[in-house]
Amino acid sequence: MSLSLEQSPTTGDEVITNYTINFGPQHPAAHGVLRMVMELDGEIVERVDPHVGLLHRGTEKLIEHKTYLQALPYFDRLDYCSPLAMEHSYVLAVEKLLNLEVPLRAQYLRVLFAELTRICNHMLNLGSHVMDVGAMTPNLWLFEIREDCLNFFERASGARMHAAWYRPGGVHQDVPLKLLTDIADWLDTRLPQLFDDAMSLVVDNRIFKQRNVDIAIVSRDDAIAWGFSGPMIRGSGIPWDLRKSQPYDVYDRMDFEVPVGTRGDCYDRFMVRVEEVRQSARIMKQCLAEMPEGPISSTDRKVVPPKRGEMKQSMEALIHHFKLYTEGFHVPAGEVYVATESPKGEFGVYLVSDGTNKPYRCKIRPTAFSHLQAMDFMTKGHMLPDVTAIIGAIDVVFGECDR
Amino acid sequence: MTVLHSAPRYSPFDGVLETLSAALGDMIVSAREQHGEIVIHVVRERVVEALQALRDTHEYQQLMDIAGADYPARPERFEVVYCLLSLTKNHRLIVKVSTDEATPVPTVTGLWPNASWYEREVYDLYGVLFAGHPDLRRILTDYGFQGHPFRKDFPLTGYVELRYSEEDKRVVYEKVELAQDLRQFDFMSPWEGAHYVLPGDEKAEGNKA
Repeated sequence: MSLSLEQSPTTGDEVITNYTINFGPQHPAAHGVLRMVMELDGEIVERVDPHVGLLHRGTEKLIEHKTYLQALPYFDRLDYCSPLAMEHSYVLAVEKLLNLEVPLRAQYLRVLFAELTRICNHMLNLGSHVMDVGAMTPNLWLFEIREDCLNFFERASGARMHAAWYRPGGVHQDVPLKLLTDIADWLDTRLPQLFDDAMSLVVDNRIFKQRNVDIAIVSRDDAIAWGFSGPMIRGSGIPWDLRKSQPYDVYDRMDFEVPVGTRGDCYDRFMVRVEEVRQSARIMKQCLAEMPEGPISSTDRKVVPPKRGEMKQSMEALIHHFKLYTEGFHVPAGEVYVATESPKGEFGVYLVSDGTNKPYRCKIRPTAFSHLQAMDFMTKGHMLPDVTAIIGAIDVVFGECDR
Repeated sequence: MTVLHSAPRYSPFDGVLETLSAALGDMIVSAREQHGEIVIHVVRERVVEALQALRDTHEYQQLMDIAGADYPARPERFEVVYCLLSLTKNHRLIVKVSTDEATPVPTVTGLWPNASWYEREVYDLYGVLFAGHPDLRRILTDYGFQGHPFRKDFPLTGYVELRYSEEDKRVVYEKVELAQDLRQFDFMSPWEGAHYVLPGDEKAEGNKA
């Protein structure tokens, strides 16, 4: 951290000095490339000005130059901690414009993996939040779980992180039965064991509570006015979950609860996430129990390319394969805003189509933008070390914030 | 149209368009329902008034996003799109205004504090000005960046690139130099939709004239 000393106007003989310090952009507690210019009075934070955009890659502009299918992998690279949740909003937006029906098995698979992504994301966030406030061990245990999740992604899609597995119309490939049984075993044995062990070290820990309880209290009204979503708005006591209130895919068939906080502080946000992991596991078990057999992507040949085996046999499939991987499919003109409950909050895609094979405009609504903006009012009057706890509880990832 | 897709389902829009059209009256330029979204285009000067009415009397409490969009062919080329969410009615609404490079849009930071960064972003990427914004700085692009990169006439490759210079011991900015031109494949079928002259065709077209 670089330090510059500035003299504030003094009264009498007493000299009051305010520090302006630069937090980040290279700082392990900044969760990426966040630069914050902080004005301190001693150790009390008076003003925070977050500078974002250090990871700006112009994703939205790149998407305008790609076909709808080519644009999909960019979404993995937004929030690289929960890649499949990002794809989910995009494929639903494209399907909404096309009014495309998705087979039931594909919807179950998407929900199953969206929840696995949520667990995967929360493992990283809970672990690093705990580490930001001083504990080491839980993070290592939670990363064990995260590693398992990534292995499941690899077995389903071939890639550990950037899966590109959800496709407009369904998912890319069916999963082997062994993978589903392994996930079921994992949900029954390894996940609860490791997770409960790790959490037993933290949730009632005196030091952890001292660092989080009553830090950055956000009232219900503030949470609404600042556009909070996800665990941030639930931590403030508003039971708002898009999976419940605006269900997509087969979430309306799932039986789960929405945890809410009571005080709206960092500890509540942490505990909301802890409970969400358990609810996600519950949803996944229901998915595994109810998932029907059947096709895994839409049968609309003008949108979904044929499988490779079919392509070798049928002339028509060959033509479709060629056309869909070069020109791609055309999407009717119009505009939609589709938002899903990503692990970090409301992740929205505002998609404008002009009837061609490329999106005319694809605005991505990052979850972190609203939350990070509120840093100034959340940190005001807190101590410098509390800032790391507050950032940890926001759960910010800069791939998504800066796009 | 029957809904086949599985995108988020919220409360139906029955009668909402009529109610809002009546309530906003002459603030509306046009209003329509398409693809299951209500899109209301309002008069630029009265956007604050319209959004305040939507927030306070029609329960659209949250501003989820402000998006910019560029349509160079139009006389007012930019659109600023506000995505609203009602937590109590479980609805979503898209409100938009149009503007050009010179005319500022009234800021809505007075209604929602989180509009600040969204407006900064639209300013940064499109160059749309917001009248009354307390802190209209660039947000996503580099310090000292010039131009507005998301305009349709801004090239995808940009104009400058930066690298660390070993001689100068600092990061230097240089003009973009590509060993090969950026290839923009046009996969639109020439039989349907694509409007361009195929190589060689210009001779035939020239003879006709």
